[in-house]
Amino acid sequence: MALSGLDIYKLLPKTNCRECGFPTCLAFAMQLAKKAVPLDKCPYLSKEAKLVLEESSLAPIRLVVIGKDKKIELGNETVLFRHEDKFYHPAAIGFIIDDNSSDKEIDVKISKINRLKFERVGQALEANLAAIRQTSDKKRFLDVVKKVSAATQLELVLISSDLQAQKEALGLIGARKPLLHPQSAQNIADFAKLALEYKTSLVVASPSLEEISNLTKDLKKQGLEDLVLDTASKSLAKKIWDLTQIRRLALKKKDRSFGYPTLVIVGEKDPYLQVVEAADYIAKYASIVLLEGAEPWQALSLLTLRQNIYSDPQKPLQIEPKLYPIGQADEKSPVLVTTNFSLSYYTVLGEVEASKTPSYIMSVNTEGMSVLTAWAAEKFTPEKIASSLEEFGVKDKVGHKRIIIPGYVAVMSGDLEEKSGWQVVVGPKEASGIPSFLKNLK
Amino acid sequence: MAIELAKEKWSGVINQVKIGAAKAISVGQEQALPFLHEEGGAPHKPVVAYEVWDTVPADWPEALISAYGNVLKDPVAWVKKCVTEFGAQLVAIKLISAHPDMGNKSVEEIAALVEKIKKAAGVPLIISGCGDNAKDNLILPACAEALKGENCLIGSVTQDNYKTITAACLADGHSIIAESPIDINIAKQLNILISDMGMPAERIVINPTVGALGYGLEYAYSIMERARLAALSGDKMLSMPFICFVGQETWRTKEARATEEELAGWGPALERGIVWEALTSAAFLQAGADILVMRHPKAIDIVKKNIEELMRG
Ligand code: SF4
Repeated sequence: MALSGLDIYKLLPKTNCRECGFPTCLAFAMQLAKKAVPLDKCPYLSKEAKLVLEESSLAPIRLVVIGKDKKIELGNETVLFRHEDKFYHPAAIGFIIDDNSSDKEIDVKISKINRLKFERVGQALEANLAAIRQTSDKKRFLDVVKKVSAATQLELVLISSDLQAQKEALGLIGARKPLLHPQSAQNIADFAKLALEYKTSLVVASPSLEEISNLTKDLKKQGLEDLVLDTASKSLAKKIWDLTQIRRLALKKKDRSFGYPTLVIVGEKDPYLQVVEAADYIAKYASIVLLEGAEPWQALSLLTLRQNIYSDPQKPLQIEPKLYPIGQADEKSPVLVTTNFSLSYYTVLGEVEASKTPSYIMSVNTEGMSVLTAWAAEKFTPEKIASSLEEFGVKDKVGHKRIIIPGYVAVMSGDLEEKSGWQVVVGPKEASGIPSFLKNLK
Repeated sequence: MAIELAKEKWSGVINQVKIGAAKAISVGQEQALPFLHEEGGAPHKPVVAYEVWDTVPADWPEALISAYGNVLKDPVAWVKKCVTEFGAQLVAIKLISAHPDMGNKSVEEIAALVEKIKKAAGVPLIISGCGDNAKDNLILPACAEALKGENCLIGSVTQDNYKTITAACLADGHSIIAESPIDINIAKQLNILISDMGMPAERIVINPTVGALGYGLEYAYSIMERARLAALSGDKMLSMPFICFVGQETWRTKEARATEEELAGWGPALERGIVWEALTSAAFLQAGADILVMRHPKAIDIVKKNIEELMRG
C-alpha cells in the first residue's frame, strides 16, 4: 500500500543532515512517496523503518518474467476493473502439447503454433507459450521436450509432477528458463530448489487458497518469489471465483501471499467451448491461459479478446494522421476522409480493401477520437480537414478535387467545400456501406 | 489459519424483468457481480434470443444463410424453425421491412405480421423497430396494441425518441429497451426519463450498444461493469438488466464474414464466424449481460452451454 510523504517522514531520522542530497528529511520523504529516489540514499534509516518502507514500495502483485528471449512480463496489476486504470500485462496465451501424441502429430502442432501470428488494427498479435505436458514415461517426456524446444522460439512451460523428469528436462533446456508446473503441491520444496538453481519460475498449484497462501509464504522464505498461482481443475464458476479472490486478496486486503500472477489450464475438450472457457479466464484476471486447441480461428479470437480487454481505456488507440494509399492507388483513385482513431481507420480500411477499389484514406488528426465524438468536440471540422488536405499534399497525389466524408458529418459539406475548395461527396454512415458506395461512385 | 476471503457486501440488487405471458422468462435479480455465486444469488440465468427478420436479409454471409436455409424468406416459418428445431425460448423480431428504404411496409401489414408471428412462436418475443424514428413511432405502438397482454420487450428507444413508444408500452403492458450510445450517464438519464412517464423500473432493460470482438467490445464492456457496480451499490436508475445485440454487430465484421482466401491463415470462415459471435457474447456475459440477441444456431448452443457451466456454481 502506498504511504504518503508524511507517513514516510515519520519513519525518517528527522535530523535534516542533507546527506541524501535534499535540504530536509521531509523533502526526501516527499520524493520517496513519488518513488523518485531510491531508499538507500539515506544512510541513517533504522532497520524497522527500512523494512516498512521496502514492503510499502513493493507492488501488491509481483511482476514475474517468464522465459529468456521474449521475456513475458506478467502480474503487477493494480486494479480489479479496467476502467479504474487499465490492465497492464496482457495474459500470456499458450498451447498444450501432450507427450502421448505421435511425433507426427507433435510436428504438425508445433508448426501450427509457430504460425499463430496475426495483425489487427496495426498491432501484432502473437501466441506466447508452448506447454509440454507429461502423460507418458520420463523418456518420452524428455524426447518431446527436446523436440518442441528445438522447433519453437516461444517460451516454454513444463507440466509434470515427476521431479526427476523435470530435473532432467531442465538439464536440457534450463537456459530457456521454462516455467515449471508440478501440477500439485507435492515435493514443492524440491521443485523450489530446482527453480532456484535454474533461476526460473514455479507454479504453486493447489485447489485450496489457504494452502497456496501458506506455500507462497514458505517459498518466499526460501528465497523463491518468482511464483505463479494455479488453483487446479474445478468448475468454471469456481475458477472465476478463485481468480477473483486472488486478485482481490492481493489488491484490497494487501495480502502479499496472493500477490502473484495466476495460471489456468482449460479443461474443456470441445473445440468451441474450450475457446469460450479460455475467454472467460482472460476477462477475469488470469495471467496465463493454456489450452489444447491451436487452430488459427481459436487463437485469433482469443488474442483479439486479450487485445480488447488489455487496451488502455484512458488512451484510445491512434494511428499516424496521413494520407494512406490502399491497393494500387493512382491519380484517379477516390479519397476517403476519416479520423485517426484506429478503430475508425481500420474499419474503413477493411471495407475499402473488401471493395477492391484502389483508394486513398486520409486520416485526420482528431487526437484518437471517433468520427462523431471528434465532430462534437470540434476536432473534426471543415478547417481541420482543409488543412490536412494541404498538409498531406493530397492535390499532388490525385488528379481530381473530390473527397468523400463520413455520412455522420454530412452537415459540414457546404462549409468544407468553401474552406477547402474541394468538392465534397457524402459517404455512407456505416463503414459497411463503403463497398457498394465505391462501386456506384462515378 | 483460515484465510479471510475478500467478499463484497452489496446493498443493491438488479431488477427482475419478466418477458412473455404463458411461457414467461425472467431475467435480472442478480445480487452480485456475474457468476460470483458465493457472494450473492442470481436466480435467473442469462438468456439468448434468436434474431429473426421480417424480410430476407440481403447481406448475411454464407455461414448464416446455410444455417437457416429456406425459412429466411418467411418470418413465420423462420420463427417456427427457431422454436421447434433449435429450441429457442425467446425470439427477437426485427421489423426491417417497415423501413422507408427497405420495403416501407404499412403499419397495418406490420401489425398483422407480428400477430401471426406471435401465434406461430408460442414463446416470449422481443420486438425491434426498423431504425427509422418516425416510422418506428408508428409501427411499434401498433405492434404493442396487437400484442397486448403478451408482455413483450419492445424497442429500442433513445434519449431523442422515447415518448411515443414508452406511452404505447405503458398502455399495453409491455417492457421497453432503453438504448444509450456507450455512455453511462445517458443510460441513467434515459431510465429516469422513461420512469418519469410512469413506467415501472421493472419494465426497463438497458441496451448499452455493444461492439463486436475486435471492434470496440471493450467500450461497452467497461460501461456495463461500471453500471453494474453502481447498481449493486444502490443506484436504482442503473439497476436494470442488460440486453446486448451481439449478432448484428459480429456478423458485420471482416473476421466473421471474409472467406479463407481473403484472410489467408486465419482459418475457415464458418468456424471463425461462429467463434466470433460466441466469444463476443461470452465477454459480455462476464460484464453482466442478461439477454443476448444472437444469430448463428451453433454459436447460440455454445453460449448456452457456457451459461450452464457458469450458473452451475
Ligand atoms: S539523509 Fe536521511 S536523515 Fe539526512 S536529511 Fe536525508 S533523510 Fe534526513
